[in-house]
Parts: sequence; C-alpha cells; structure tokens
Amino acid sequence: MDAKDILGLPKTPLPITQEKKSRPQKDSQRKPDGISREVYALTGGLAPLMPSIDVSQLKRRPASDEKITWQWLPFTNSARKDNLQLYHWVRVVNGVPPTGDYSFAKYNKLVDVIKYTDEEYEKYLTDPMWTKEETDQLFDLCERFDLRFIVIADRFPSSRTVEELKERYYSVSRAILIARAPSPGDVASHPLVKEPYNLSQERERKRALSMVLSQTKQQERKDAEVLAEAKRIQETRMAARGAEEPELPVTSNAVTESADKAVVPGDTVSPSSNAQLPVTAVAPSALAVADNASTLASLRMLWVYLRTYALEQMVQAASSSVGLRTIKRVEQTLQDLGVNLKPKVPTKTVCAEHLELRKEILTLLNLQKQLQYKEAEGSSFREGSFVEMPGSPKDRTFVPDSFGFGGERVGKRDQKRKGPGRQLEGPSPAHKRPRKMKAPDL
Amino acid sequence: MTNSSSSKMHSQDRPEISGSTTKSQRTKMGKPEDGEKKLKDIEISVPIVYGNVAFWLGKKASEYQSHKWTVYVRGATNEDLGVVIKRAVFQLHSSFNSPTRIVETPPFELSEAGWGEFEIAITLFFHSDVCDKPLNLYHHLKLYPEDESTTMSTKKPVVVEFYDEIAFPEPSESFLARVQNHPAVTFPRLPGGFTLPPPLPVEDANRRKRGDTKDNPLTQWFMNFSEADELLQLAAARQQVQAHIAKLRRQISLIDAQRQPLKSCSDQLNLL
Repeated sequence: MDAKDILGLPKTPLPITQEKKSRPQKDSQRKPDGISREVYALTGGLAPLMPSIDVSQLKRRPASDEKITWQWLPFTNSARKDNLQLYHWVRVVNGVPPTGDYSFAKYNKLVDVIKYTDEEYEKYLTDPMWTKEETDQLFDLCERFDLRFIVIADRFPSSRTVEELKERYYSVSRAILIARAPSPGDVASHPLVKEPYNLSQERERKRALSMVLSQTKQQERKDAEVLAEAKRIQETRMAARGAEEPELPVTSNAVTESADKAVVPGDTVSPSSNAQLPVTAVAPSALAVADNASTLASLRMLWVYLRTYALEQMVQAASSSVGLRTIKRVEQTLQDLGVNLKPKVPTKTVCAEHLELRKEILTLLNLQKQLQYKEAEGSSFREGSFVEMPGSPKDRTFVPDSFGFGGERVGKRDQKRKGPGRQLEGPSPAHKRPRKMKAPDL
Repeated sequence: MTNSSSSKMHSQDRPEISGSTTKSQRTKMGKPEDGEKKLKDIEISVPIVYGNVAFWLGKKASEYQSHKWTVYVRGATNEDLGVVIKRAVFQLHSSFNSPTRIVETPPFELSEAGWGEFEIAITLFFHSDVCDKPLNLYHHLKLYPEDESTTMSTKKPVVVEFYDEIAFPEPSESFLARVQNHPAVTFPRLPGGFTLPPPLPVEDANRRKRGDTKDNPLTQWFMNFSEADELLQLAAARQQVQAHIAKLRRQISLIDAQRQPLKSCSDQLNLL
C-alpha cells in the first residue's frame, strides 16, 4: 500500500485496507458468519440472495458420539467388467465401513446399441451398398464409441462418410425395431420410426452451414446490404399495394440481377423510389382512410362515448403503423407549433382538425426521411463509381427534429449545385461556380 | 340488425304517437336497411363540462375537513342535462361514509367536505330512449392550488374543469324527437327527407329552470370554453405544416430530376 502511495495511485477500497472503519458496516451488510471475510470474498464477495453455502456447516465439528477413523481399503467398481480391485481411503464411522457401490459408478452411461442375429440380418437388413461384415464392424464400433460418429468414421476400416455410416446405422436400427415389434402401432411413436434419417437433407444442411461459417467479412457486408435494399423495396411494394403500380416487377428483377455489383445498390433504388414517389404519397393516405373507417365502426358499437376517447382511438389508429420514436417526434412538433397535445376544448371540429394536423405531421416526417435517404444515396452512389475526392464535407445535417427552418435552407443551397453529392466535389469547383441562391420565401 | 334502442323506441312510440306522418316514419324505420342508413349519418353530441370547485375553510378548517368542495357535471353552456342524463353516480374515496353517491335530478353535483385529493369515478346513466349503457368519467379532485406559492383564501376557490362531449352515434328516433330544440344538445343537420315528429310539449318553465346551472351559486367560478381559439391555433399550425410539406416535395422532385441524367451516365460506365 505504501507503493501505491508513492506511485500516487488511488487506493482500491479492498476490505483489507479499510478494515478498521468499514468493518462494522461491512459486517452488517454482508454477514459472513462463521468464516473470515477474506475466505468469504473468495466465493465472489457479495452475499447471494439464496446463500449457496450453508455457512453453518463449514465450522461444524463432527458429532461427539461418533468415532471417526480413516482406513486404506480395497473397493470394486460395478462399471468395470474385469473385477479390478483398487485401494483408497475410506471414512469409517464407529468401525463400520460405508456400504454401497463405488460412488462414481452411476456416471457410466451406455448407449443401447441394437444387436441383431444373423437370421434377422438375412431377413431384413441386407443392402446392396453394405456387406454383412461392414455392418457388423459398424455396430461394434458404435457400441465401443457410444455412437460418436466422427470417431467411428475415423476408425472405420473402409472409407465411408459420417452421413453414410449414420444412415446405415439408423436404417438398420429402424428395420429391426419395426420387425421385432408385435404390431407397427407399438413403435410408431419411437423417435427412430417417426423421423427417419435423411441422408441428402443432412448433406445439404452441413454444406449450407459450412458455407455460412466460411463467409468472409466482405461477403457478409455485401449480403447485409443487398438484404437491406430488398427489404426496403419490399416495404415500398407493400405500401404501394393499395394503389396500382406497374413498375414493381422491373425493379425486383433489377435487384436480383445486379446483386453482386457494388455500384448497383444506389442505382436500383433510385428508379424504384422514383416510381414509387407518387404512389407512396397516395398509399399512406389510403391506409389512413381504412384505419379511420374501422375506428369509427368500433366507436359506433359503443352506443355512447366521449369525444376525448374517440380522439384518442383515432390518434392511436393513425399511429399504429409507426414506431414510438416517430410518435414522440410528432408530439414534439405539436409542442413546437404551440398546439396542445390534448385539445382543451375538444369539440367535434376541433378534434377533426387535431387529427388532420397529426396526420399531416406524419406525412411531413416521412418526407423528411425520404429526402434524407435520397441525399444519402446520392453521395454513396458517387463514392462507388468515382474516385473520392477530398472535398470539404458540408454540414449535411438536415434538421428533422426541431421545426427549424434553418435546416431547410441548407438543403436549398445544395440544390443549386449540379448534384447532391457534396462529398465528391472538391472545394475549387464548388467555389468557382456561381451560386444562385433563391431568396428565402419565409 | 336493428339496434336495441330502436326496438325500445317502437314500444315507447306506440302509446304516444298518433298521426299519419309518424306512422309512415315508423314503417320506414321498420325496414332494417333504410332505417340503419338514415340513423348512421346522425350523431347527437352533448357538450359537457365536469370538474370541481373547492373552497378552503380557513379558520373553520379542522384536521379532517380543511376544504369544502363540489364535484359536478354540467352542460357546457350551463343548460339542463336532465334531458339526456337520468342520474349520475359519484364514487368517492372509501374513507367517506357511503362513498357511492347517487344524484337523481339535475344539476348533477355533489358537495362534501374533506382534506384529501383523490380520483372520483363519475358514472352517467342515460334515459332509456337515449342509451342503455352508462358512461364513465374520471376526475381527480383538486383542493390545493397548482402554484404552491399562492396563498389559500376562503373567498377564491380552486377550480378545475374539463370540457368533453358525449357522442351518441346512433340515436333513436324518440331521442331525436325529444331533444330537437333543446339548448343542451348539439343537434346534427338531418339528411334531406328526414322529418321528425313534433317535440313533446315543453315541461313547465319552473321545472326546467331548476335543472340548469345558470343560476347556480357556483356559476361565477365556472370556466368558459370556446373552441374558436383552439381552432385558430390548429388552423395556423396546419398551414405551417402544409407549407413545409410542399417545400419538401419540391426538393425531392428536384433531386429526382437531377438524378436521371447521372443514372444514364453510370449505366454507360457499367457497360465498359
């Protein structure tokens, strides 16, 4: 501890160092009765809720009426077949040695490998691919090695794959089981009979697993990217399903064909989202109308309801398809606009207006997100096809959260350049080009 | 598929109605499709205000009775709710004697003395031709002023009120007939060709007067609820949002327009 002082290191609050002060507190907190604190700390320190150590047992002395001696005695293990006799120390109480089998014998678990007779083999188990000799060898190995097929395959005299060995073993066992059963129904629930081993399926499964395991990081990233694109296209497809859209088959084809090219993700999404843009504007409103109608219907079933309750239900229905974060953003926007989250005078018209406002805010947030995506696409799309020039990255933060119009101006400025890829163009071309700013119409 | 209230209407109408117009009305209602279509478009809404007024007892306050309060449900414009509500049941905190208080006649209010704030469940039961199901409201009784620094006075009470509207989406014909000119009820515009039987003769003025809260001693403390302010606020907000949306839409379409030539350029590159 002096060394720590010299080095200027902070003293760690070990119980040892703070014994004097904290001992009463520690005792009342932790209560290591019967054993010293250091020993208790070895078990993990803090007292468990359910004490795993029966602390009282630890300091227990043997009962005074018992006379304990320790003797070096022989013993046999029932798990062994060779009657080997070994010696070990035994705790003898009052001259009586303990009875019972060797305590570890019960852990010797064996597998029940079926044993067939020769007649049975002739009758049920002949197979063009397997000789009787091989089958016998297989079963012998199975018994010796407890059905550990990897080991068995290694030891097998002729080279057979693990799957082939498994298939032979399981089909033989199954045939014997069915043959020996008094009626087919008796064994129908036996797992061997219910689910036979499928060689080709197993081969495929193992191949797929090894493929997944051996994927490189690059491939993984590409796969994730393509999956994300596919998911996005799927979502827009779902949303647009309400209205008509003929372009969809084209975009899905484009995605599958160009899955390998790095440039393509930007490429395929832009035409698809171009096509979807007029459609997605229609589709959410179509969905919203459907939601409204069902809420109204359920309200009507009530015979009587409060206006505030009705508004709550409609708001919930309108926000059912969006996440919690979006809902919070809507509420934040309402507050920024100076609107009460729950109207103070909820008349029918007020509630209708409130609902419409909420829906419009949702549309607004969606559009903001769309715009963000488009701008992001623009820059990543450029990165793929051109060499990235060290440009001065302009402040890309489009302010979606607060209702600030400042963020909007940034977006407008960028529109005047040739493309939205801000990272691409270096400082010189950007400065040389005359920038015509639209007068802000705020 | 006729609703229960309309079947009740039938039984109620029979003793009262005579007159050819109403009979033809009834046969119209009898056809399920026609009757339902007509009723579905009509919704009666009753604007109410519910809340409490609490007076501090000052020197007369004891440990268990520091405030005298009144919880109530009134018409938003202080009209008589008795035309719609049959009785109101106020469920108080279990520490009160017989905490279930039933008020059978308007004005639907309950006065008590106490020291604590708690949630009061108000159950409104309607007349049989209005609705069979009761409606529940919950009001948290407020005795102490919101702003802790305000000194409590025996003259000025703490008032907390909430505006709401009771909506009856499928009112029965007799209900419609009964309330068609009543000031407590917001009557919808009836679809063309829909006529109602004439209203029952107005009850004598005295009885009606007692039900409304216009002359209630507490009237001076009641709050005014005007939808005009809120509507203005909402309209302004909507305008802002719509303008923002339009701008974003323009931006997005601009970007898309710019992308098109670039796309063909990259296509050419890919072919190389």
